[in-house]
Amino acid sequence: MSVGAGIENNMPGGGAQAAALGACSAGDPAGRRRDIGLKRRYRAEKRFRFYGIAAIVFGLFFLVLLLWSIFAHGFGAFWQTTITLPVALEAQVIDPDNRLAAEPQSVSDPHFLAMIDYPLLLRRALAQKLGVAADDRAAMREIGQMISPSARGQMRRFLGANPQAIGTVQTIRFLASANVDAAFKGQINFSLPQDKRKISDRQRQWITLLSKEGLLHKSFNTGLFTRPASANAESSGLAVALIGSFYIILIVLVLALPIGVITAIYLEEYAGKNGFTDMIEVNINNLAAVPSIVFGILGLSVFINFLGLPRSASLVGGLVLSLMTLPTIIIAARVALQAVPVSIRAAALGLGASHTQTVFHHVLPLAAPGILTGTIIGLARALGETAPLLLIGMVAFIANYPHSPLDPATALPVQIYMWAGEAERSFVERSSAAIIVLLAILTLMNVTAVFLRRRFEKRQ
Amino acid sequence: MHKIRYIIGIIIFGLGLPAGMGAALARNQVQIAGSSTVLPYARLVADAFSEAYPQYKIPVIESGGSGAGLKEFCKGVGENTIDIANSSRAIKAAELRACAAAGIDAIEEVLLGYDGVVLATGAGSSRWNITPQDIYKALAARLFIKGDLRSNPYKNWHEVNNALPAWEIIAYIPGEKHGTREVVEEKLLLQGCRDSGAYAQFGKAGFSAAAAKEACIAVRKDGRAVDIDGDYSETLARLTANPVGLGVFGLSFYQNNADRLQLVAINAVLPSEETIANGRYSVSRPLFMYVKKAHIGVIPGMREYIEFFLSEQMIGPESPLAEYGLVPQSPAQRAAGRAAIAAGQVMAIPRAAP
Repeated sequence: MSVGAGIENNMPGGGAQAAALGACSAGDPAGRRRDIGLKRRYRAEKRFRFYGIAAIVFGLFFLVLLLWSIFAHGFGAFWQTTITLPVALEAQVIDPDNRLAAEPQSVSDPHFLAMIDYPLLLRRALAQKLGVAADDRAAMREIGQMISPSARGQMRRFLGANPQAIGTVQTIRFLASANVDAAFKGQINFSLPQDKRKISDRQRQWITLLSKEGLLHKSFNTGLFTRPASANAESSGLAVALIGSFYIILIVLVLALPIGVITAIYLEEYAGKNGFTDMIEVNINNLAAVPSIVFGILGLSVFINFLGLPRSASLVGGLVLSLMTLPTIIIAARVALQAVPVSIRAAALGLGASHTQTVFHHVLPLAAPGILTGTIIGLARALGETAPLLLIGMVAFIANYPHSPLDPATALPVQIYMWAGEAERSFVERSSAAIIVLLAILTLMNVTAVFLRRRFEKRQ
Repeated sequence: MHKIRYIIGIIIFGLGLPAGMGAALARNQVQIAGSSTVLPYARLVADAFSEAYPQYKIPVIESGGSGAGLKEFCKGVGENTIDIANSSRAIKAAELRACAAAGIDAIEEVLLGYDGVVLATGAGSSRWNITPQDIYKALAARLFIKGDLRSNPYKNWHEVNNALPAWEIIAYIPGEKHGTREVVEEKLLLQGCRDSGAYAQFGKAGFSAAAAKEACIAVRKDGRAVDIDGDYSETLARLTANPVGLGVFGLSFYQNNADRLQLVAINAVLPSEETIANGRYSVSRPLFMYVKKAHIGVIPGMREYIEFFLSEQMIGPESPLAEYGLVPQSPAQRAAGRAAIAAGQVMAIPRAAP
């Protein structure tokens, strides 16, 4: 609506202009009105305004469609279903051979802790709550399917930290399996026959029972940000991808920004115009349009095969994407330098500044906002890139947190790509959630760019 | 402007960093690449492995396809090459020779189990019963019709076989780079070609055995057999848009999306873990792991990972892998696999083709 109002508001202005033109023609001594195609020209303007609005509406429609589909699919993944249960940490399950009586220190032995049948403890606790006999094997199997396998690791860490809890009853909150999560969020179509869905009728009744007792609840999914990749949808998160993307962006910033800016300054301010610099310029412009996979091939052969850097490391990813981002930054920086008025240079030189002083004290600060915008655009492109990372081994299942840029890591767009291709629906939901996270980061980067540019411009 | 000096310092540091870090890095993590079909299984094992062996880092598992994985695998021996290649088909003689040429002369082949390849249509369509012969006739590029070799004229399934519905022929088959394509070619197209007698006719028409096979597995290029180069989720999207199309999936993918798909019976047998294991459903393929013997004992946790993968709790009939959709080998096969790994049995390198 506001767009339409804008047109109408503009009309009086246009009318005044028409009147002025009319007055002009009225000055014609013969009194004849000269045909200057006024109506035609106004029609042309109106037509163009209409095209412009139509183009914007068209673009906005698809943007809204895209965002709507991503948010509709991914929003659910920000909530996660957990089960809270009193679990009896039975001594005969934890320590069947009665090792602890003879050597109590073995409770801190990782092998001892790893061998405990934790799922049995959880299954029994859930069966007791649901009133299922422990010897009903089929029912126990279905109960086991409701618990996330990640509860195993959680119990191991809990027992490792609290060995005195053995033999007591502890209230433990653990993740429900992805299928229970989907059912609890209402994503499973129960009108289909039982063998066509992942939750049986019996499990559905149990879910209703548990949620009535308040033992099943949805809470904000912090695991999405803090957990590494996992084989189970409910316990997999973006942590490795977030850390990997952070390292990559940092490396691109540290390498591509200074090299790009120095190249641009040299080419623009120092190098003479000759065939050689023209050739360099053509090559830089070409490089900006080279498909990103080419940089991946280069990275594989130079950084991994020749320099012997580790596969899947975010360092290699950062180096490859630095090469990819360089031309973008160089071109943006050169355009920004060209836009600085010649009068500034002339004034500085006229007051006795040297060439280098002119460039660094006067030209560069004025060009900084433009360089910054170009850099952020380049970084955003590097953040959203998947293809070159495929070849250097970053499209992978990685479940250890990367402690340095030399450790294996993935990146956000890679995680989106991998989850989107999964068979399980819950992974696909997470993939949309990861897109939302990526969009949020990109928005943040662009807003920072606008903010910094404003500040730079104000200072001058 | 002192800042400039800092910036130059950072650049020099940045350039020096990768060069200095290059050579002497001891890798303490198993690196795996290969089939995206094997990935979910390998990932389940990796998860359980991290529970059982908390002292080792969890293996890194790349998924780029069987062919891409084996190519990486055959790059050579050393810490910046991968340790294990996952594959949804057996390694080819040419790949073995490429490995040998790069200095990898000891490769251990590990059979993990079987994966069913299923045909499905979109949900809401009725159940089909199809034979390899029907599929061959519907999808082949050229057919013998009344003794003449002609390009495929059929437009709907009803023309191929009266018992099939009068739906338009559209099949979404895996692209050439997928291991699954080979199964479709061998178990459906070639089988159908033999069953319909076309193979024998090719022989009579003067085709050599290799050329006849080539002609049998050539699919029509008029848009009715669509190559899907992406993964199964792309095929699923195509079927959602066109429920009467015929798609090719892995059994585990089907089981996770049973509410959106309708299984197709082949020779009146529906695919399931039981029918695949007992051989009544024939369209399945073996899943392999290829191991660089030279890396065992050098990369920490590698031997343990392989042994753990082959243990009964991982690939047995009651294991999480079987639950996910892997068709387990027979108990004797599983025992033989474990024995071969324990003995360090390596593959023979085939001699170069003349």
